[in-house]
Amino acid sequence: MTRARYLGWLVAATTALILVCLIAVTIGPAAVSLAQVAGSIGAHLGLVTEPVPLLIDSIVWQLRLPRVLTAALVGAGLALSGAVMQSVTRNPLADPYLLGLSSGASVGAVCVVILGIGFALPAAAFLGALLALVATLSIARVGGTITPVRAVLAGLAIAQLAGALTSFIIFWAAKGDSYREILNWLLGSVAGATWSSVAIAATAVAVVGTGILWSATRLDAFAFGDTSAASLGINVNRTRWALLGSVALLTGAMVAVSGSIGFVGLILPHLVRGVSGPGHRRLLPLVAVCGALFLVIADTLARTVFDPRELPVGIITAFIGVPVFIVLIKRKKSHLWA
Amino acid sequence: MGVDLDRLSFAIDGAMILRDVSASLPTGTVTGLLGPNGAGKSTLLRLVAGIDKADAGTVTLDGVTIGSLSRRDAARRIALLEQNAAPSVELTALEVVLLGRIPHRTKLMGSFSGDEDRAVAFDALAAVGAGALADRSWHTLSGGQQQRVQIARAMAQQPSLLLLDEPTNHLDVSAQLSLLGQVRELGVTAIMALHDLNLAAAYCDQIVLLDGGVVVASGTPAEVLTPAIIGTVYGVNCFILEHPRGGHPVIVYSAVSA
Repeated sequence: MTRARYLGWLVAATTALILVCLIAVTIGPAAVSLAQVAGSIGAHLGLVTEPVPLLIDSIVWQLRLPRVLTAALVGAGLALSGAVMQSVTRNPLADPYLLGLSSGASVGAVCVVILGIGFALPAAAFLGALLALVATLSIARVGGTITPVRAVLAGLAIAQLAGALTSFIIFWAAKGDSYREILNWLLGSVAGATWSSVAIAATAVAVVGTGILWSATRLDAFAFGDTSAASLGINVNRTRWALLGSVALLTGAMVAVSGSIGFVGLILPHLVRGVSGPGHRRLLPLVAVCGALFLVIADTLARTVFDPRELPVGIITAFIGVPVFIVLIKRKKSHLWA
Repeated sequence: MGVDLDRLSFAIDGAMILRDVSASLPTGTVTGLLGPNGAGKSTLLRLVAGIDKADAGTVTLDGVTIGSLSRRDAARRIALLEQNAAPSVELTALEVVLLGRIPHRTKLMGSFSGDEDRAVAFDALAAVGAGALADRSWHTLSGGQQQRVQIARAMAQQPSLLLLDEPTNHLDVSAQLSLLGQVRELGVTAIMALHDLNLAAAYCDQIVLLDGGVVVASGTPAEVLTPAIIGTVYGVNCFILEHPRGGHPVIVYSAVSA
Protein backbone atom coordinates (compact mmCIF):
# COMPACT_ATOMS: atom_id res chain seq x y z
CA MET A 1 0.00 0.00 0.00
CA THR A 2 1.25 3.48 -0.79
CA ARG A 3 2.02 5.99 1.93
CA ALA A 4 -0.87 8.19 0.81
CA ARG A 5 -3.39 5.36 1.04
CA TYR A 6 -2.12 4.39 4.49
CA LEU A 7 -2.37 7.98 5.71
CA GLY A 8 -5.89 8.04 4.24
CA TRP A 9 -6.82 5.05 6.40
CA LEU A 10 -5.24 6.60 9.49
CA VAL A 11 -7.04 9.92 9.00
CA ALA A 12 -10.35 8.15 8.30
CA ALA A 13 -10.03 5.94 11.38
CA THR A 14 -9.10 8.90 13.59
CA THR A 15 -12.00 10.97 12.27
CA ALA A 16 -14.34 8.04 12.85
CA LEU A 17 -12.99 7.69 16.39
CA ILE A 18 -13.65 11.35 17.24
CA LEU A 19 -17.15 11.24 15.74
CA VAL A 20 -18.02 7.95 17.45
CA CYS A 21 -16.78 9.30 20.79
CA LEU A 22 -18.95 12.44 20.45
CA ILE A 23 -21.99 10.41 19.39
CA ALA A 24 -21.39 7.88 22.19
CA VAL A 25 -21.59 10.73 24.72
CA THR A 26 -25.03 11.70 23.41
CA ILE A 27 -26.35 8.15 23.90
CA GLY A 28 -27.86 7.18 27.25
CA PRO A 29 -30.98 7.41 29.41
CA ALA A 30 -30.98 11.22 29.37
CA ALA A 31 -31.21 12.76 25.92
CA VAL A 32 -28.23 14.98 25.10
CA SER A 33 -27.69 16.58 21.71
CA LEU A 34 -24.39 16.76 19.84
CA ALA A 35 -24.50 20.54 20.19
CA GLN A 36 -24.83 20.21 23.95
CA VAL A 37 -21.89 17.77 24.04
CA ALA A 38 -19.79 20.20 22.02
CA GLY A 39 -20.97 23.09 24.21
CA SER A 40 -20.08 21.32 27.44
CA ILE A 41 -16.65 20.25 26.23
CA GLY A 42 -16.01 23.70 24.77
CA ALA A 43 -16.99 25.38 28.04
CA HIS A 44 -14.65 23.19 30.07
CA LEU A 45 -11.81 23.81 27.66
CA GLY A 46 -12.53 27.53 27.86
CA LEU A 47 -13.38 27.78 24.17
CA VAL A 48 -17.10 28.59 24.52
CA THR A 49 -18.76 30.86 27.02
CA GLU A 50 -22.39 30.01 26.25
CA PRO A 51 -23.69 28.11 29.28
CA VAL A 52 -25.01 24.56 28.93
CA PRO A 53 -27.75 23.47 31.40
CA LEU A 54 -26.04 22.32 34.58
CA LEU A 55 -27.63 18.85 34.60
CA ILE A 56 -26.65 18.22 30.97
CA ASP A 57 -23.17 19.53 31.64
CA SER A 58 -22.60 17.18 34.58
CA ILE A 59 -23.98 14.19 32.63
CA VAL A 60 -21.60 14.96 29.78
CA TRP A 61 -18.55 16.09 31.71
CA GLN A 62 -18.75 13.99 34.88
CA LEU A 63 -20.37 10.76 33.66
CA ARG A 64 -20.25 9.99 29.99
CA LEU A 65 -17.15 11.72 28.66
CA PRO A 66 -14.72 10.14 31.20
CA ARG A 67 -16.27 6.78 30.45
CA VAL A 68 -16.04 7.13 26.67
CA LEU A 69 -12.47 8.44 26.86
CA THR A 70 -11.45 5.65 29.23
CA ALA A 71 -12.93 3.08 26.83
CA ALA A 72 -11.02 4.66 23.93
CA LEU A 73 -7.71 4.73 25.83
CA VAL A 74 -8.12 1.18 27.15
CA GLY A 75 -8.96 -0.06 23.66
CA ALA A 76 -5.86 1.64 22.27
CA GLY A 77 -3.65 0.28 25.06
CA LEU A 78 -4.90 -3.29 24.76
CA ALA A 79 -4.59 -3.33 20.98
CA LEU A 80 -1.02 -1.99 21.19
CA SER A 81 -0.18 -4.57 23.86
CA GLY A 82 -1.48 -7.40 21.70
CA ALA A 83 0.41 -6.20 18.62
CA VAL A 84 3.71 -5.99 20.53
CA MET A 85 3.25 -9.35 22.25
CA GLN A 86 2.44 -11.08 18.98
CA SER A 87 5.64 -9.74 17.43
CA VAL A 88 8.21 -10.28 20.19
CA THR A 89 6.94 -13.76 21.05
CA ARG A 90 6.33 -14.61 17.36
CA ASN A 91 3.00 -15.97 18.55
CA PRO A 92 -0.11 -14.89 16.62
CA LEU A 93 -2.23 -15.93 19.60
CA ALA A 94 -0.37 -13.71 22.08
CA ASP A 95 -2.51 -11.12 23.83
CA PRO A 96 -2.50 -9.75 27.40
CA TYR A 97 -5.79 -11.54 28.12
CA LEU A 98 -4.97 -14.96 26.64
CA LEU A 99 -1.51 -15.13 28.21
CA GLY A 100 -2.83 -14.28 31.68
CA LEU A 101 -1.42 -10.74 32.10
CA SER A 102 -4.84 -9.14 32.45
CA SER A 103 -5.96 -11.67 35.06
CA GLY A 104 -2.68 -11.25 36.95
CA ALA A 105 -3.16 -7.48 36.90
CA SER A 106 -6.68 -7.97 38.28
CA VAL A 107 -5.31 -9.88 41.27
CA GLY A 108 -2.89 -7.06 42.03
CA ALA A 109 -5.61 -4.44 41.58
CA VAL A 110 -8.15 -6.25 43.75
CA CYS A 111 -5.59 -6.73 46.54
CA VAL A 112 -4.95 -3.00 46.92
CA VAL A 113 -8.64 -2.12 46.52
CA ILE A 114 -9.51 -4.52 49.35
CA LEU A 115 -6.67 -3.17 51.48
CA GLY A 116 -7.99 0.32 50.82
CA ILE A 117 -4.78 1.71 49.34
CA GLY A 118 -6.35 2.72 46.02
CA PHE A 119 -3.59 5.14 45.06
CA ALA A 120 -1.29 2.13 44.57
CA LEU A 121 -3.76 0.61 42.08
CA PRO A 122 -1.79 1.02 38.83
CA ALA A 123 1.46 -0.12 40.45
CA ALA A 124 -0.16 -3.20 41.96
CA ALA A 125 -1.85 -4.06 38.65
CA PHE A 126 1.49 -3.69 36.89
CA LEU A 127 3.18 -6.03 39.36
CA GLY A 128 0.37 -8.55 38.94
CA ALA A 129 0.68 -8.39 35.14
CA LEU A 130 4.45 -8.76 35.30
CA LEU A 131 4.25 -11.76 37.66
CA ALA A 132 1.66 -13.43 35.44
CA LEU A 133 3.80 -12.81 32.35
CA VAL A 134 6.91 -14.30 33.94
CA ALA A 135 4.89 -17.27 35.27
CA THR A 136 3.28 -17.96 31.88
CA LEU A 137 6.55 -17.79 29.97
CA SER A 138 8.38 -19.94 32.55
CA ILE A 139 5.70 -22.63 32.42
CA ALA A 140 5.61 -22.52 28.62
CA ARG A 141 9.39 -22.76 28.31
CA VAL A 142 10.49 -26.34 27.72
CA GLY A 143 14.02 -27.08 26.59
CA GLY A 144 14.76 -23.44 25.93
CA THR A 145 11.92 -22.86 23.47
CA ILE A 146 8.39 -21.54 23.83
CA THR A 147 5.85 -22.68 21.25
CA PRO A 148 2.69 -20.61 20.64
CA VAL A 149 0.45 -23.46 21.76
CA ARG A 150 2.34 -24.06 25.02
CA ALA A 151 2.26 -20.31 25.74
CA VAL A 152 -1.52 -20.24 25.31
CA LEU A 153 -2.00 -23.31 27.50
CA ALA A 154 0.26 -21.86 30.20
CA GLY A 155 -1.59 -18.54 29.91
CA LEU A 156 -4.89 -20.37 30.32
CA ALA A 157 -3.66 -21.98 33.54
CA ILE A 158 -2.37 -18.68 34.93
CA ALA A 159 -5.56 -16.85 33.92
CA GLN A 160 -7.69 -19.49 35.66
CA LEU A 161 -5.58 -19.33 38.80
CA ALA A 162 -5.55 -15.53 38.83
CA GLY A 163 -9.32 -15.43 38.19
CA ALA A 164 -9.90 -17.79 41.12
CA LEU A 165 -7.61 -15.66 43.32
CA THR A 166 -9.47 -12.48 42.36
CA SER A 167 -12.84 -14.09 43.17
CA PHE A 168 -11.51 -15.55 46.41
CA ILE A 169 -10.12 -12.24 47.63
CA ILE A 170 -13.38 -10.44 46.93
CA PHE A 171 -15.50 -13.16 48.61
CA TRP A 172 -13.16 -13.25 51.58
CA ALA A 173 -13.50 -9.53 52.08
CA ALA A 174 -17.20 -9.73 51.12
CA LYS A 175 -19.31 -6.74 51.85
CA GLY A 176 -22.63 -6.63 50.03
CA ASP A 177 -22.46 -6.62 46.27
CA SER A 178 -19.39 -8.80 45.75
CA TYR A 179 -20.74 -10.64 42.70
CA ARG A 180 -21.02 -7.47 40.67
CA GLU A 181 -17.55 -6.42 41.71
CA ILE A 182 -16.08 -9.83 40.78
CA LEU A 183 -17.79 -9.71 37.39
CA ASN A 184 -16.46 -6.24 36.71
CA TRP A 185 -12.88 -7.32 37.35
CA LEU A 186 -13.12 -10.67 35.53
CA LEU A 187 -15.13 -9.51 32.52
CA GLY A 188 -13.96 -5.92 32.42
CA SER A 189 -16.04 -2.78 32.67
CA VAL A 190 -15.53 0.95 32.31
CA ALA A 191 -18.82 1.74 34.10
CA GLY A 192 -17.10 3.41 37.05
CA ALA A 193 -14.68 5.46 34.98
CA THR A 194 -13.81 8.91 36.32
CA TRP A 195 -11.38 11.59 35.20
CA SER A 196 -8.70 9.92 37.30
CA SER A 197 -9.28 6.73 35.22
CA VAL A 198 -8.75 8.85 32.12
CA ALA A 199 -5.57 10.31 33.61
CA ILE A 200 -4.11 6.87 34.46
CA ALA A 201 -4.98 5.36 31.07
CA ALA A 202 -3.88 8.43 29.11
CA THR A 203 -0.53 8.62 30.89
CA ALA A 204 0.14 4.92 30.27
CA VAL A 205 -0.90 5.03 26.60
CA ALA A 206 1.08 8.21 25.96
CA VAL A 207 4.28 7.19 27.74
CA VAL A 208 4.41 3.46 26.94
CA GLY A 209 2.84 3.98 23.51
CA THR A 210 5.58 6.45 22.58
CA GLY A 211 8.25 3.99 23.70
CA ILE A 212 6.65 1.23 21.67
CA LEU A 213 6.38 3.41 18.55
CA TRP A 214 10.05 4.25 19.04
CA SER A 215 10.76 0.50 18.86
CA ALA A 216 8.79 -0.06 15.64
CA THR A 217 11.88 -0.93 13.60
CA ARG A 218 13.18 -3.28 16.26
CA LEU A 219 9.79 -5.04 16.33
CA ASP A 220 10.01 -5.53 12.55
CA ALA A 221 13.35 -7.29 13.01
CA PHE A 222 11.70 -10.13 14.96
CA ALA A 223 9.73 -11.34 11.91
CA PHE A 224 12.15 -14.19 11.16
CA GLY A 225 12.97 -15.05 14.76
CA ASP A 226 15.68 -14.37 17.30
CA THR A 227 18.78 -15.29 15.28
CA SER A 228 17.62 -13.21 12.37
CA ALA A 229 16.83 -10.27 14.68
CA ALA A 230 20.30 -10.56 16.22
CA SER A 231 21.92 -10.67 12.78
CA LEU A 232 20.04 -7.45 11.95
CA GLY A 233 21.75 -5.74 14.86
CA ILE A 234 19.08 -6.13 17.54
CA ASN A 235 20.08 -6.88 21.12
CA VAL A 236 17.45 -9.62 21.29
CA ASN A 237 17.11 -10.35 24.99
CA ARG A 238 17.28 -6.75 26.13
CA THR A 239 14.79 -5.63 23.50
CA ARG A 240 12.35 -8.46 24.15
CA TRP A 241 12.26 -7.96 27.92
CA ALA A 242 12.06 -4.18 27.63
CA LEU A 243 9.08 -4.53 25.30
CA LEU A 244 7.35 -7.24 27.33
CA GLY A 245 7.91 -5.14 30.47
CA SER A 246 6.33 -2.18 28.69
CA VAL A 247 3.36 -4.34 27.75
CA ALA A 248 2.96 -5.44 31.40
CA LEU A 249 3.03 -1.77 32.43
CA LEU A 250 0.45 -0.83 29.81
CA THR A 251 -1.79 -3.81 30.60
CA GLY A 252 -1.49 -3.08 34.34
CA ALA A 253 -2.71 0.48 33.82
CA MET A 254 -5.56 -0.67 31.55
CA VAL A 255 -6.71 -3.32 34.04
CA ALA A 256 -6.46 -0.86 36.94
CA VAL A 257 -9.14 1.29 35.32
CA SER A 258 -11.27 -1.34 33.59
CA GLY A 259 -10.63 -4.92 34.79
CA SER A 260 -9.59 -7.55 32.28
CA ILE A 261 -11.22 -7.02 28.91
CA GLY A 262 -10.54 -9.79 26.42
CA PHE A 263 -10.14 -10.12 22.64
CA VAL A 264 -9.23 -6.49 21.86
CA GLY A 265 -5.50 -7.27 21.96
CA LEU A 266 -5.97 -10.57 20.17
CA ILE A 267 -8.09 -9.71 17.14
CA LEU A 268 -7.39 -6.04 16.41
CA PRO A 269 -3.74 -6.55 15.35
CA HIS A 270 -4.78 -9.32 12.93
CA LEU A 271 -7.54 -7.23 11.41
CA VAL A 272 -5.40 -4.09 11.11
CA ARG A 273 -2.39 -5.95 9.61
CA GLY A 274 -4.69 -6.78 6.70
CA VAL A 275 -4.85 -3.04 5.95
CA SER A 276 -1.53 -1.65 7.17
CA GLY A 277 0.72 -4.58 6.32
CA PRO A 278 3.05 -6.13 8.90
CA GLY A 279 5.49 -3.19 9.28
CA HIS A 280 5.15 -1.80 12.79
CA ARG A 281 5.53 1.88 12.01
CA ARG A 282 2.27 1.59 10.09
CA LEU A 283 0.63 -1.12 12.18
CA LEU A 284 1.05 0.47 15.62
CA PRO A 285 -0.62 3.89 15.10
CA LEU A 286 -3.53 2.36 13.18
CA VAL A 287 -4.04 -0.51 15.62
CA ALA A 288 -4.18 1.97 18.52
CA VAL A 289 -6.84 4.09 16.81
CA CYS A 290 -8.86 1.05 15.72
CA GLY A 291 -8.61 -0.52 19.20
CA ALA A 292 -9.98 2.71 20.66
CA LEU A 293 -12.78 2.83 18.10
CA PHE A 294 -13.68 -0.81 18.75
CA LEU A 295 -13.89 -0.49 22.53
CA VAL A 296 -15.91 2.76 22.45
CA ILE A 297 -18.46 1.04 20.22
CA ALA A 298 -18.41 -2.12 22.37
CA ASP A 299 -18.92 -0.10 25.57
CA THR A 300 -21.73 1.93 24.05
CA LEU A 301 -23.45 -1.35 23.11
CA ALA A 302 -22.77 -2.70 26.63
CA ARG A 303 -24.66 0.14 28.26
CA THR A 304 -27.50 0.50 25.75
CA VAL A 305 -28.51 -2.84 24.22
CA PHE A 306 -30.22 -4.18 27.35
CA ASP A 307 -31.08 -0.75 28.75
CA PRO A 308 -31.67 -0.14 31.64
CA ARG A 309 -29.56 -3.16 32.45
CA GLU A 310 -25.86 -2.72 31.77
CA LEU A 311 -23.41 -5.45 30.72
CA PRO A 312 -19.69 -5.62 31.54
CA VAL A 313 -18.06 -4.58 28.26
CA GLY A 314 -15.98 -7.79 28.25
CA ILE A 315 -19.15 -9.72 27.37
CA ILE A 316 -19.61 -7.60 24.25
CA THR A 317 -15.95 -7.86 23.21
CA ALA A 318 -16.22 -11.65 23.57
CA PHE A 319 -19.47 -11.78 21.55
CA ILE A 320 -17.78 -9.81 18.76
CA GLY A 321 -14.27 -11.15 19.23
CA VAL A 322 -14.91 -14.89 19.26
CA PRO A 323 -16.62 -15.08 15.83
CA VAL A 324 -13.90 -12.87 14.33
CA PHE A 325 -11.31 -15.10 15.93
CA ILE A 326 -12.95 -18.20 14.44
CA VAL A 327 -12.91 -16.62 10.97
CA LEU A 328 -9.22 -15.79 11.45
CA ILE A 329 -8.44 -19.39 12.43
CA LYS A 330 -10.41 -20.84 9.52
CA ARG A 331 -8.97 -18.68 6.77
CA LYS A 332 -6.13 -19.93 4.65
CA LYS A 333 -3.43 -17.72 6.11
CA SER A 334 -3.67 -19.47 9.46
CA HIS A 335 -1.02 -21.91 8.22
CA LEU A 336 1.24 -19.30 9.79
CA TRP A 337 -0.14 -20.30 13.18
CA ALA A 338 0.87 -23.95 13.03
CA MET B 1 42.72 -8.22 5.10
CA GLY B 2 39.73 -10.53 4.97
CA VAL B 3 38.50 -12.70 7.80
CA ASP B 4 40.75 -14.14 10.47
CA LEU B 5 39.57 -16.67 13.01
CA ASP B 6 42.10 -16.99 15.80
CA ARG B 7 41.82 -20.01 18.12
CA LEU B 8 38.07 -19.77 18.71
CA SER B 9 36.67 -21.95 21.48
CA PHE B 10 33.08 -22.23 22.62
CA ALA B 11 31.35 -24.45 25.18
CA ILE B 12 27.70 -24.88 26.18
CA ASP B 13 27.09 -26.13 29.73
CA GLY B 14 30.66 -27.41 29.95
CA ALA B 15 30.44 -29.36 26.68
CA MET B 16 33.08 -28.20 24.20
CA ILE B 17 31.40 -27.30 20.90
CA LEU B 18 34.41 -25.68 19.20
CA ARG B 19 38.07 -25.91 20.16
CA ASP B 20 40.91 -23.71 18.88
CA VAL B 21 39.34 -23.05 15.48
CA SER B 22 41.64 -20.93 13.32
CA ALA B 23 41.36 -19.96 9.66
CA SER B 24 42.35 -17.11 7.37
CA LEU B 25 39.99 -16.21 4.52
CA PRO B 26 41.02 -13.60 1.91
CA THR B 27 38.61 -10.83 0.87
CA GLY B 28 36.27 -11.75 -1.98
CA THR B 29 36.64 -15.51 -1.61
CA VAL B 30 33.95 -18.10 -0.96
CA THR B 31 34.70 -20.56 1.83
CA GLY B 32 32.90 -23.84 2.32
CA LEU B 33 32.41 -24.93 5.93
CA LEU B 34 32.07 -28.71 5.90
CA GLY B 35 31.69 -31.41 8.49
CA PRO B 36 29.28 -34.07 9.74
CA ASN B 37 26.14 -33.19 11.69
CA GLY B 38 27.09 -31.75 15.07
CA ALA B 39 30.59 -30.76 13.92
CA GLY B 40 29.91 -27.18 15.05
CA LYS B 41 29.29 -25.48 11.68
CA SER B 42 26.24 -23.44 12.73
CA THR B 43 27.84 -22.50 16.04
CA LEU B 44 30.96 -21.28 14.26
CA LEU B 45 28.84 -19.10 11.93
CA ARG B 46 27.08 -17.57 14.97
CA LEU B 47 30.45 -16.80 16.57
CA VAL B 48 31.76 -15.22 13.37
CA ALA B 49 28.59 -13.11 13.14
CA GLY B 50 29.13 -11.97 16.71
CA ILE B 51 25.71 -13.28 17.80
CA ASP B 52 27.29 -15.63 20.35
CA LYS B 53 30.47 -14.65 22.16
CA ALA B 54 33.41 -17.05 21.97
CA ASP B 55 34.81 -18.27 25.29
CA ALA B 56 38.29 -17.76 23.88
CA GLY B 57 39.79 -16.49 20.64
CA THR B 58 38.84 -13.65 18.29
CA VAL B 59 37.25 -13.02 14.92
CA THR B 60 38.79 -10.18 12.91
CA LEU B 61 37.16 -8.73 9.80
CA ASP B 62 39.32 -6.32 7.77
CA GLY B 63 41.36 -5.61 10.89
CA VAL B 64 38.37 -4.98 13.18
CA THR B 65 37.69 -7.36 16.10
CA ILE B 66 34.02 -8.36 15.80
CA GLY B 67 33.64 -9.00 19.53
CA SER B 68 34.40 -5.35 20.28
CA LEU B 69 31.55 -4.05 18.09
CA SER B 70 27.99 -3.31 19.19
CA ARG B 71 25.33 -5.62 17.69
CA ARG B 72 24.30 -2.87 15.33
CA ASP B 73 27.81 -2.16 14.09
CA ALA B 74 28.41 -5.89 13.62
CA ALA B 75 25.18 -6.13 11.61
CA ARG B 76 26.40 -3.41 9.26
CA ARG B 77 29.43 -5.55 8.42
CA ILE B 78 28.17 -9.13 8.59
CA ALA B 79 24.93 -10.69 7.35
CA LEU B 80 23.86 -14.17 8.45
CA LEU B 81 21.32 -16.39 6.74
CA GLU B 82 20.09 -19.07 9.08
CA GLN B 83 18.59 -22.40 8.06
CA ASN B 84 14.90 -22.80 7.26
CA ALA B 85 13.78 -19.39 8.48
CA ALA B 86 10.13 -18.47 7.99
CA PRO B 87 8.34 -15.27 8.99
CA SER B 88 5.57 -15.27 11.60
CA VAL B 89 3.49 -12.74 9.66
CA GLU B 90 2.55 -12.24 6.01
CA LEU B 91 5.41 -10.43 4.29
CA THR B 92 6.09 -9.63 0.65
CA ALA B 93 9.52 -10.35 -0.81
CA LEU B 94 10.27 -6.61 -0.81
CA GLU B 95 9.31 -6.30 2.86
CA VAL B 96 11.65 -9.18 3.69
CA VAL B 97 14.51 -7.48 1.84
CA LEU B 98 13.76 -4.16 3.58
CA LEU B 99 14.43 -5.88 6.92
CA GLY B 100 18.07 -5.86 5.81
CA ARG B 101 18.07 -2.06 6.03
CA ILE B 102 17.34 -2.10 9.78
CA PRO B 103 20.98 -1.88 10.93
CA HIS B 104 21.49 1.14 8.64
CA ARG B 105 18.57 3.17 9.92
CA THR B 106 19.42 6.05 12.19
CA LYS B 107 18.20 5.66 15.74
CA LEU B 108 16.18 8.84 15.95
CA MET B 109 14.34 9.27 12.69
CA GLY B 110 15.12 5.85 11.25
CA SER B 111 11.50 4.83 11.19
CA PHE B 112 10.77 7.46 8.59
CA SER B 113 13.52 6.90 6.08
CA GLY B 114 12.28 5.09 3.06
CA ASP B 115 13.06 5.92 -0.53
CA GLU B 116 16.77 5.22 -0.24
CA ASP B 117 16.12 1.96 1.58
CA ARG B 118 13.68 0.91 -1.13
CA ALA B 119 16.25 1.66 -3.82
CA VAL B 120 18.84 -0.50 -2.05
CA ALA B 121 16.25 -3.26 -1.59
CA PHE B 122 15.25 -3.25 -5.27
CA ASP B 123 18.92 -3.36 -6.29
CA ALA B 124 19.52 -6.32 -3.98
CA LEU B 125 16.52 -8.19 -5.41
CA ALA B 126 17.74 -7.50 -8.93
CA ALA B 127 21.24 -8.67 -8.01
CA VAL B 128 19.93 -12.13 -7.13
CA GLY B 129 17.65 -12.25 -10.18
CA ALA B 130 14.51 -11.86 -8.08
CA GLY B 131 13.45 -8.37 -9.16
CA ALA B 132 10.14 -9.68 -10.47
CA LEU B 133 9.25 -11.19 -7.10
CA ALA B 134 9.15 -7.91 -5.15
CA ASP B 135 5.40 -7.85 -4.53
CA ARG B 136 4.91 -11.60 -4.14
CA SER B 137 3.93 -12.90 -0.73
CA TRP B 138 6.76 -14.86 0.93
CA HIS B 139 4.60 -17.94 1.41
CA THR B 140 3.81 -18.23 -2.29
CA LEU B 141 7.49 -18.41 -3.26
CA SER B 142 9.30 -21.67 -4.01
CA GLY B 143 12.13 -22.79 -1.73
CA GLY B 144 14.73 -21.53 -4.21
CA GLN B 145 12.97 -18.18 -4.58
CA GLN B 146 12.74 -17.81 -0.80
CA GLN B 147 16.48 -18.40 -0.46
CA ARG B 148 17.20 -15.84 -3.18
CA VAL B 149 15.04 -13.30 -1.39
CA GLN B 150 16.87 -14.11 1.85
CA ILE B 151 20.20 -13.52 0.13
CA ALA B 152 18.82 -10.23 -1.20
CA ARG B 153 17.87 -9.34 2.38
CA ALA B 154 21.42 -10.11 3.47
CA MET B 155 22.86 -8.05 0.58
CA ALA B 156 20.59 -5.12 1.53
CA GLN B 157 22.59 -5.06 4.76
CA GLN B 158 25.54 -4.15 2.49
CA PRO B 159 27.82 -6.48 4.43
CA SER B 160 31.51 -7.06 3.83
CA LEU B 161 31.00 -10.66 4.97
CA LEU B 162 28.10 -12.95 4.09
CA LEU B 163 27.44 -16.06 6.20
CA LEU B 164 25.10 -18.78 4.92
CA ASP B 165 23.97 -21.78 6.93
CA GLU B 166 23.14 -24.60 4.52
CA PRO B 167 21.59 -22.33 1.90
CA THR B 168 20.85 -25.23 -0.46
CA ASN B 169 18.87 -27.25 2.08
CA HIS B 170 15.60 -28.58 0.60
CA LEU B 171 16.32 -27.11 -2.84
CA ASP B 172 16.17 -29.10 -6.06
CA VAL B 173 19.36 -29.56 -8.07
CA SER B 174 18.83 -26.69 -10.46
CA ALA B 175 17.94 -24.31 -7.63
CA GLN B 176 21.04 -25.43 -5.71
CA LEU B 177 23.34 -24.74 -8.64
CA SER B 178 21.85 -21.39 -9.58
CA LEU B 179 21.81 -20.23 -5.95
CA LEU B 180 25.48 -21.00 -5.36
CA GLY B 181 26.38 -19.52 -8.76
CA GLN B 182 24.57 -16.39 -7.60
CA VAL B 183 26.55 -16.25 -4.36
CA ARG B 184 29.79 -16.41 -6.35
CA GLU B 185 28.66 -13.65 -8.70
CA LEU B 186 27.94 -11.28 -5.80
CA GLY B 187 31.69 -11.04 -5.28
CA VAL B 188 31.30 -10.59 -1.52
CA THR B 189 33.44 -12.55 0.97
CA ALA B 190 31.26 -15.50 1.95
CA ILE B 191 31.39 -18.43 4.33
CA MET B 192 28.77 -21.11 3.84
CA ALA B 193 28.06 -24.25 5.80
CA LEU B 194 27.32 -27.04 3.33
CA HIS B 195 26.55 -30.73 3.50
CA ASP B 196 27.14 -31.56 -0.14
CA LEU B 197 30.88 -32.08 -0.71
CA ASN B 198 30.51 -31.84 -4.48
CA LEU B 199 28.77 -28.47 -4.30
CA ALA B 200 31.53 -27.26 -2.00
CA ALA B 201 34.17 -28.53 -4.43
CA ALA B 202 32.49 -26.79 -7.35
CA TYR B 203 31.68 -23.41 -5.81
CA CYS B 204 34.21 -22.72 -3.03
CA ASP B 205 37.69 -21.22 -3.24
CA GLN B 206 38.68 -22.92 -0.01
CA ILE B 207 37.29 -25.45 2.41
CA VAL B 208 37.39 -25.60 6.20
CA LEU B 209 36.53 -29.10 7.40
CA LEU B 210 35.28 -29.43 10.97
CA ASP B 211 34.85 -32.60 12.98
CA GLY B 212 33.90 -32.67 16.63
CA GLY B 213 34.49 -28.93 16.93
CA VAL B 214 38.05 -29.09 15.63
CA VAL B 215 39.44 -28.06 12.23
CA VAL B 216 40.71 -31.33 10.73
CA ALA B 217 41.70 -29.90 7.35
CA SER B 218 41.64 -26.62 5.46
CA GLY B 219 42.83 -25.47 2.06
CA THR B 220 41.68 -25.66 -1.53
CA PRO B 221 38.97 -28.21 -2.39
CA ALA B 222 41.63 -30.43 -4.01
CA GLU B 223 43.76 -30.34 -0.87
CA VAL B 224 40.94 -31.05 1.59
CA LEU B 225 38.66 -33.38 -0.33
CA THR B 226 40.85 -36.47 -0.52
CA PRO B 227 39.72 -40.09 -0.05
CA ALA B 228 41.83 -40.34 3.10
CA ILE B 229 40.40 -37.23 4.82
CA ILE B 230 36.80 -37.94 3.75
CA GLY B 231 37.21 -41.51 4.92
CA THR B 232 38.44 -40.42 8.35
CA VAL B 233 35.81 -37.71 8.93
CA TYR B 234 32.69 -39.18 7.34
CA GLY B 235 33.54 -42.89 7.52
CA VAL B 236 32.81 -43.50 3.82
CA ASN B 237 34.94 -44.74 0.94
CA CYS B 238 35.17 -42.62 -2.17
CA PHE B 239 37.05 -41.90 -5.37
CA ILE B 240 38.05 -38.47 -6.54
CA LEU B 241 37.62 -37.64 -10.23
CA GLU B 242 38.38 -34.42 -12.02
CA HIS B 243 35.41 -32.45 -13.37
CA PRO B 244 35.65 -32.59 -17.18
CA ARG B 245 34.91 -28.84 -17.52
CA GLY B 246 35.71 -27.09 -14.22
CA GLY B 247 38.72 -29.18 -13.29
CA HIS B 248 37.60 -29.22 -9.64
CA PRO B 249 37.36 -32.49 -7.71
CA VAL B 250 34.25 -34.64 -8.04
CA ILE B 251 33.61 -37.08 -5.22
CA VAL B 252 32.15 -40.45 -6.11
CA TYR B 253 31.09 -42.49 -3.11
CA SER B 254 31.28 -46.24 -2.74
CA ALA B 255 28.30 -47.95 -1.18
CA VAL B 256 28.61 -48.48 2.56
CA SER B 257 27.95 -52.09 3.57
CA ALA B 258 25.08 -52.02 6.02
